Amino acid sequence: MNEKIERYYIRFSLGQRYLHWALAGTFLGLAFTGMTLRFSTNPAMQTLARAVGGFGAVLFFHKFCAIGLTITFLAHLADIGYRILGKHEWSLLWGPNSMVPRWKDITDFFGNLKWFFHLGPQPRFDRFAYWDKLDYWGVFWGMAIIGFSGYAMWFGSFFARLIPGSWLNIALLIHGEEALLATGWIFVIHFFNTHLRPENFPMDLTIFTGRLSEEELKRMHPEEYDRLVKNGGLQAIAAEAPAPWLNNFGRVVGTTAVVAGLIMLVLMTIAFIRG
Amino acid sequence: MKSWVLFFLLFGASGAIQAAKLDCLSCHDEKATAKASVHGSLNCTGCHTTIQSFPHPDKQTPVDCASCHPGNATTLAKSVHAGKGGPSCLSCHGDAHSILPSTDPKSATYASNVPRTCGTCHGNAEIAKRAGVQEVYSLYMDSIHGFALTKDGLLVAASCTSCHGSHDILSSKDPKSKTNRANIPATCGTCHAGPLQAFSEGIHGQMLQAGSTDGPVCTSCHTAHQISRVGNAEFEMKTTATCGGCHKDELATYRDTFHAQVSALGYRQTARCWDCHGEHNIQPPSNPASTVAPAHLIQTCGKCHTGANASFVKYDPHADSHDVKRYPGLHYSAVFMNLLLASVLGFFALHTILWFLRTRFR
Repeated sequence: MNEKIERYYIRFSLGQRYLHWALAGTFLGLAFTGMTLRFSTNPAMQTLARAVGGFGAVLFFHKFCAIGLTITFLAHLADIGYRILGKHEWSLLWGPNSMVPRWKDITDFFGNLKWFFHLGPQPRFDRFAYWDKLDYWGVFWGMAIIGFSGYAMWFGSFFARLIPGSWLNIALLIHGEEALLATGWIFVIHFFNTHLRPENFPMDLTIFTGRLSEEELKRMHPEEYDRLVKNGGLQAIAAEAPAPWLNNFGRVVGTTAVVAGLIMLVLMTIAFIRG
Repeated sequence: MKSWVLFFLLFGASGAIQAAKLDCLSCHDEKATAKASVHGSLNCTGCHTTIQSFPHPDKQTPVDCASCHPGNATTLAKSVHAGKGGPSCLSCHGDAHSILPSTDPKSATYASNVPRTCGTCHGNAEIAKRAGVQEVYSLYMDSIHGFALTKDGLLVAASCTSCHGSHDILSSKDPKSKTNRANIPATCGTCHAGPLQAFSEGIHGQMLQAGSTDGPVCTSCHTAHQISRVGNAEFEMKTTATCGGCHKDELATYRDTFHAQVSALGYRQTARCWDCHGEHNIQPPSNPASTVAPAHLIQTCGKCHTGANASFVKYDPHADSHDVKRYPGLHYSAVFMNLLLASVLGFFALHTILWFLRTRFR
C-alpha cells in the first residue's frame, strides 16, 4: 500500500512558540495564585493557597509570574517592533498576515453565526480568524488593565504620587474583575475555539510544533492556502513533519495546561456561585 | 494575791487545755496533723464545742466555722455559692484538720492551687451541668493566665479568685458582681492598669461610663477564661469578626479589600481592625486624636506602607462599591466591569455552545 506523504507548512516560528509557552505558564501561575486571593474565603481556595505555601508564597509566585508575563509581553512587542521597523514587514500592519482587524473579520463573524444556524456555508477563513484576533487583542487589553492595576497596587505608595490614592480602590476591583474575564475567556473560549472543539479535539498541536499539515492548512485557513498556491509562497514555508517527540510533548504538556485551566475554572465557578 | 490568781489562770488554764488536747489525740491520733495546720494553736474543743467530757456521744453536731469566722460566713451566705447543695467551707479549704494558711504553697487556697480547687466542681462537666454553669476549668488552664500561674508559678497572674472574689462571689448578672459586664474593666484593671487607663479614654470606655453596656468590655474581645496572648495567631484571626459583630457594615466593606483577602488566607502581616484603629484607646475618626483622623492617616498607614503620602492615604480601606454617592468612581467601575464580564463571557459562551452544536450535529 502506497501511503501518501503528508506535507507540512510552518505557521509559528520557534520564538513565537516559546512566547506562547511563557504566556501560558505565567498565565496559569497568575490564575492559580490570584484566584486564591479573589476567593479568599472559599475553603478550596484556602487549601490551594496553603498548598502553595501560604499567602507569602502565593504573593511571591504571583509577582514572579507577573514579571515573567511582562517580560513575555515586552519581548513580543520588541519582536513586532523589530519586524516592522527593522525588517520593514509592513504586512504585519495590514492585510491577511496582520492582527489588525479588517472588514473581512466582521463578515466572517456574521457568516459564522449564519453557519451555526445552517443558514449558509462556513466562511473561508484566512491566516487569522476573528477569534484568533480576539484572543490576541484580549491579551493587550488584559495586560493594560490587569498589568497596570497590579503594578499600581504592588508599588502603591509610589503610584500614589502619580494618581490619586482613591484609584487604588478601583485598581483592586478591576484587577479582580478583569482577571475573571481573562481566565473565563482563556479557560472557556480560547480552550474551546482552539483546542477542544470537535474538529481539533483534544489539542491543536500547531502552537507546539509550529506547523500544520497541508490538509489542516486547507481546511482551517482556505483563503491563506489558495493565496499561497497562487503566489507560490507555499514552498517558502514547507517543512518536515513534526518529530514524534514534539507531537507527544505538545500533547502531554498542552493537555496538562488545559486540564489545569479547566480545574481552576471549576474551582472558580463553585467559589463564585457560593459567593 | 491578785497576781497569783492571774498566774494560776494563765498557766493552770493553759495546762488544762494542753491536757484536753492530748487526751483527744490518745484516741484520735490520726488527727495529729491538726497541730501543723493554721488552727494548730487551738484545742480540739475550740471547734468541737459540744464535747464537754469524755466519753462523748458518737454523734456530734457539725463544726460551725462561723463561730470564729462570722464575716466570711455572712459574705458566703449572700454569694452565689450560698444555700443547700452549694460548697461548704471545707469544699474549698480542704480537710478540716489540715487547713493551711493561703500563703502556704500546700494550701488549697494558695494562689497557684486555686484553679485546681475551684476546678473540683467547675472542671467537672457533670457538676457544671447540674449547677448550670460553664465548664471553664480547661479553658482557663489553657489561657495565658492559667499557664503563667500554674506552669510558671507566676503568683501575680490571675487565678479564679482574682476576678471572681472568694467568699463574695456573685453571679455575673448581679450588678454588684466583679464580673458583671459594667465592672469588668475595673476588675481586669486591678492588674492591667495601663489598658484600663487607655480603655477609659477610648470611645468604648466612654460608652460604658455613660451607662451603656452595648459597647465591648475586656472580655468581649479577650474572652473571659480562654484569654490568649494577643500575638497568638488564632486570637488575631478571630478578633476581626469580634469587632464585626457590632460593626457589620465596616466588616463587610473591609472584606472587599486586599487586607481582608490576605487575612482570610491566614496571613498575619496585614491590616486588621486594631492595626489602624488602635486597641484600647479607640477614637472615632472625627476626634483629632484618633489614629484614623485625617491628620494621622499618613502616620498610621505608614506603619506598614513606607512612603505613604497624602495621596496614598486617600485610599479608602472601607470603600463600598454599592455606595454611588460616596464612591462614584468605584461604583461606576464596578458597574462597567460587571456589564463587560456578563456581556463578553455571556455572548461568547453562547457562541461556543452554538459552534459545538453545529459541529456535533451536522
